[in-house]
Amino acid sequence: MSIDFGNPDRPNSYIGRTVPRPNARRLVEGRGRYVDDIVLPRMLHVAFVRSPHAHARILSIDTEAARAVPGVRRIFTGAELAAHCTPWVAVLAHLKGLKSAPQHAIAVDRATWTGEAVAAVVADSRAAAEDGAALVEVGYEPLAVVTDMRTALDPDTPLIHPELGDNLTFRRLHEQGDVEAAFAGAHKVVSASFKTGRHTGVCVEPRSILADYNRAEDQLTVYHSTQAPHMMQTVIAKHLDLPEGRVRVVCGDVGGSYGIKVHVYPDEMATVAISKVMGRPVKFIADRLESFATDIHARDHEIDGRIAVDADGRILAIDIDDYTGIGPYSVYPRTSAIEGNQVVNLCGGPYHFAHYRARTTVVLQNKTPTCQYRAVGHPIAAAVTEGLVDFAAEALGLDPAEMRRRNLIADDAYPYTSPANMRFEGLSHQASLAKLLEMMDYDGLRAEQARLRAQGIHRGIGLASFIELTNPSPFMYGIGGARISAQDGCTVRMDPDGSVVALSGVTEQGQGTEAMLAQVVAEAVGVPVTRVRVITGDTQVTPYGGGTWASRGAGIGGEAALQAGLALKDSILTVAGAMLQCPPDSLDVVEGTVIDRAGGEARMPLEELGRIVYFRGDTLPKGLPRELVQTRHFITSDYPFAFTNGVQASYLEVDVETGFVRLLKHWCVEDCGRVINPQLVDEQIRGGIVQGLGGALYEECLYDADGQLLNANMADYLVPMAAEMPDMAIGHIETPTRESLLGAKGAGEAGTAGAPAAVMNAINDALRPFGGRVTEMPFTPARILAALGVVGKA
Amino acid sequence: MTDMPPDFARKVDIRLTVNGETVEARVDAGRHLVDFLRLDLGLTGAHAGCEHGVCGACTLKVDGDIVRGCLVLAAQLDGAEVWTVEGLTDSGALADLQDAFVARNALQCGFCTPGMLVAAADLLADGGVPSRAEIREHISGNYCRCTGYEAIVDAIETVARARAGTEAAA
Amino acid sequence: MKAATAGYVRATSLSHAVTLLAASKGQARLLAGGQSLVAAMNLRLAGETALIDINGLSELGGITADGAVLRIGALTRHRELATSPLVASLAPAIAQAAPLIAHAAIRTRGTIGGSLAYADPAAELPACMLALGATIVVAGPQGLRRVAAEDFFVDLFTTALAEDEMITAVEVPFAEPGERQATLELARRSGDYALAGIVLARKADGPRIAFFGVGPTARLARSAMAVLASGGDGEAAAAVLDRDLDPPDDVHAPAAVRLHLARVLLRRALAATQTGDA
Repeated sequence: MSIDFGNPDRPNSYIGRTVPRPNARRLVEGRGRYVDDIVLPRMLHVAFVRSPHAHARILSIDTEAARAVPGVRRIFTGAELAAHCTPWVAVLAHLKGLKSAPQHAIAVDRATWTGEAVAAVVADSRAAAEDGAALVEVGYEPLAVVTDMRTALDPDTPLIHPELGDNLTFRRLHEQGDVEAAFAGAHKVVSASFKTGRHTGVCVEPRSILADYNRAEDQLTVYHSTQAPHMMQTVIAKHLDLPEGRVRVVCGDVGGSYGIKVHVYPDEMATVAISKVMGRPVKFIADRLESFATDIHARDHEIDGRIAVDADGRILAIDIDDYTGIGPYSVYPRTSAIEGNQVVNLCGGPYHFAHYRARTTVVLQNKTPTCQYRAVGHPIAAAVTEGLVDFAAEALGLDPAEMRRRNLIADDAYPYTSPANMRFEGLSHQASLAKLLEMMDYDGLRAEQARLRAQGIHRGIGLASFIELTNPSPFMYGIGGARISAQDGCTVRMDPDGSVVALSGVTEQGQGTEAMLAQVVAEAVGVPVTRVRVITGDTQVTPYGGGTWASRGAGIGGEAALQAGLALKDSILTVAGAMLQCPPDSLDVVEGTVIDRAGGEARMPLEELGRIVYFRGDTLPKGLPRELVQTRHFITSDYPFAFTNGVQASYLEVDVETGFVRLLKHWCVEDCGRVINPQLVDEQIRGGIVQGLGGALYEECLYDADGQLLNANMADYLVPMAAEMPDMAIGHIETPTRESLLGAKGAGEAGTAGAPAAVMNAINDALRPFGGRVTEMPFTPARILAALGVVGKA
Repeated sequence: MTDMPPDFARKVDIRLTVNGETVEARVDAGRHLVDFLRLDLGLTGAHAGCEHGVCGACTLKVDGDIVRGCLVLAAQLDGAEVWTVEGLTDSGALADLQDAFVARNALQCGFCTPGMLVAAADLLADGGVPSRAEIREHISGNYCRCTGYEAIVDAIETVARARAGTEAAA
Repeated sequence: MKAATAGYVRATSLSHAVTLLAASKGQARLLAGGQSLVAAMNLRLAGETALIDINGLSELGGITADGAVLRIGALTRHRELATSPLVASLAPAIAQAAPLIAHAAIRTRGTIGGSLAYADPAAELPACMLALGATIVVAGPQGLRRVAAEDFFVDLFTTALAEDEMITAVEVPFAEPGERQATLELARRSGDYALAGIVLARKADGPRIAFFGVGPTARLARSAMAVLASGGDGEAAAAVLDRDLDPPDDVHAPAAVRLHLARVLLRRALAATQTGDA
């Protein structure tokens, strides 16, 4: 079976068309079912007592006053809970040398960041649990605090986990070619230091979990706002000593995730363990202050970079030295080394050059743990790379667009292996750039910029090419020993009335997974999309899969759905052939009806076929296969990852008196292979861009030297809001992957990957007449005024 | 706090209408309107995203005005008229906005959406076709972390134009 | 984040409210718009708070032109300030300030009395009162008293209100014929607290200038006002602002940046209020 994607007028086609999301209607009517909407009989609530110190020994915990609060049912310390939930150590075997310390659901004898849970108060209501938590008296002995990533490895810096021997959790050096010789012989060498602000996801729905252990059935049901229900099933079963089949994770509506909700959080594991101990449903909804202190942070990097170019503007070499601090523990089970590792993998990614050196140094700190967040490492690598490319162009007197034309990998160069040893199956950098420049009228914009500059209005244009890692194979986590599934499955079933149900291991987080799956299945089986019901997020019924991460839903989950749908169509045609007494391959299914392939005449509605198979099976030949249900799993195998590419442009205005930036317009041309639903892809890219703009202009978790997070509330931690965001024009080049019939690659992170770099380059373009530049995100008025020399460096 | 005068009550009796129906309740003095709706009445359309008045996911209508549900106490609402996304859906007041949000994919996770719709309806209640900048300003107190806002602005603008067109034709 | 509340009572009259306030001996707080108070309660920053709800007191509402002053009742919501024709014509700086306060769903609840009593250093309305020379009308067990805005805002979140007093209204002198007023601010995002803000009223005998967000409380820029009153230009006035302002160093901006932004705002506000013959 195959699909003639080349024919846009093919019958019953949904792949490539905008189809409304089937689950959107209930969300606009306020009928979503998020975890906090679920109420169970005898349900209890938990609130956590959290360390006010970034590093402290726990000397005593007095719960007497808290236990007297009306409604408080029980209080757990870390030591008590450790008997019911085993600790974890987040390492990956293929990241050589990566080390971390055992982490418990609740801190046992030491708190290692401000906000780490040290006790749990369980009560009839959240309010009562908070009343109790306020009365738990914990005796602390404050310990020396490690906050600065640059000095974390100094000999006189205290050790966070003395048993590890140092504060280094991971270091990797990658070298390709002769970097020193390339720099020595270069026409120009440009250096710069970059910082990306530590930031966090700020899902509007906080982390949420409701665990319900039924002792009579020895069955644990966990309603969880998560991206990876099967992974959580496996993790919970392992650490609570239950068979996987006794653990059901249900992921209903999720109010935003962006990578924040793909990790194992100690307070969530504690909630599940408490439910198992107490035999009652226990709910934990993180409040907003807890979210800032305990949701994973990301992007806390300082990078020294340099680039060498020849007299023609060709890139000869790139040299990167990256530092990052990850908090006190590597986060389970993905580990916190991946982001630094991605910086090494991705720097220089869009460009053709020979000599490359990159090192990442990942250290421990007494701050909130960091881990994978949307576009892991990509915005960092893109900012460093695109910043260096622009600075090199400036040094050469080249236009940034021309600089890219000369250096982006040629569109006919594939397959191509980068100096970072990344393998690219097929990308379209040059075509994407050409399309972008046309969409934005680059030359016209440059003319406008010059005209306004003469009037004292300082606008900037910034370009950023990027690559995005999608459709990961087991080379991402599996080979390192993590039980994180790279494959995904889909079961497609025809019911007696000819309608179709698809059960998928990938999950819906709002990105439109269920719409995408419905389209793919409808086209594969040959039914109207309204006749397909998609079920995701319930480990009891869906095939085992990885869920939502690394932009894999469409490329991997979609292909599994396509193959399962085609297999079901095969089954239908086998039965139909027997009933109509003709070869199955002379028939087809279109719009819910079996037809003659040649002439297109209707032969039998699926409803009739369903009636016969399910209720009058006696009339069919003995031995005829009659499984109108098919399951297929898909995994990528030719390439470790399906890389995508794209290019973004930002147009903005800098008020050089105030340092304020006004975003005027943003463009993105992106190549995610086969576009299944154009509207959903465009909105993923728009949303991703704005998340990237947040990192560029607003977002930063600010700590003092004692490890206190200074802006842990929504009023002080700024995220992008409607009034300041620009309209965004999105374009596409389509280079389908040949790994799958569907040909889809991921699109969920492209916007975030390139936006900060485009903004940085645009600001620096605006500042160029003043001789200043910014390389530390977010680009606040204070930093821009400092770059302008108006006010001293902050 | 044991010596407060007896006038101060920890539980407060209120009688109000919610989505057009009369509700009588005895509420904790500190219970905010979102918790009252969600926990006491089972109306889970309004969401508690921050509980300090910033995210806008709990935007509701009280006595004709939009408010932050987390910054209004249920105890204050004796005699008030409260409308939530559920009631505004049943009455049809949001129908064209909801259709436009679905058609334009102006929502992803949907968590902010009920509050966003209530805020949008408030803007459009003034009539006319607001500019995109005015739309952006009016929803500037409503966090959306998924969409990037453009689709939301498009959807609201589409409805404003459609309503103005309908009125012009009438 | 669930508020811990010691109790609630609805005041039925101004005297009832004052009696309750006095009887609570500083342990109760007035609940007006609640847009700061309830947030603080939810965050458990306010302690276990007892509340006196004054929202039902109709005598605290209303905007009236009364002789030479605009009387604005303490319970007047920010949205009423933004839409009142009287405010727009007689105290345009307030009409300009109101839409800058937070967001639409907060302006429907937040009150002028609450904002002044809370005295957030970054709030717009205290600076309006200073620049416009307003009088704050205060009720207490001994009856009413009037406090000049210049004497009202004392320090960070601190006013001249005694523990048993409450604001009932403000009285704002009418703008002089031909007087131009401007409220300008620089906020990172619409509705955020400003990094710096200015309210400037160009009176016949010289401009009155108040800043917000650049000190522990809103304050008049007396040095800059003196420079301008004696014929100095905007540059000279901006140069002395460091004598008037004491901006904080905080997560949003260093003090030097806030001072710089205040200087930019002074120049812009002077330009915005330039009259034809000036």
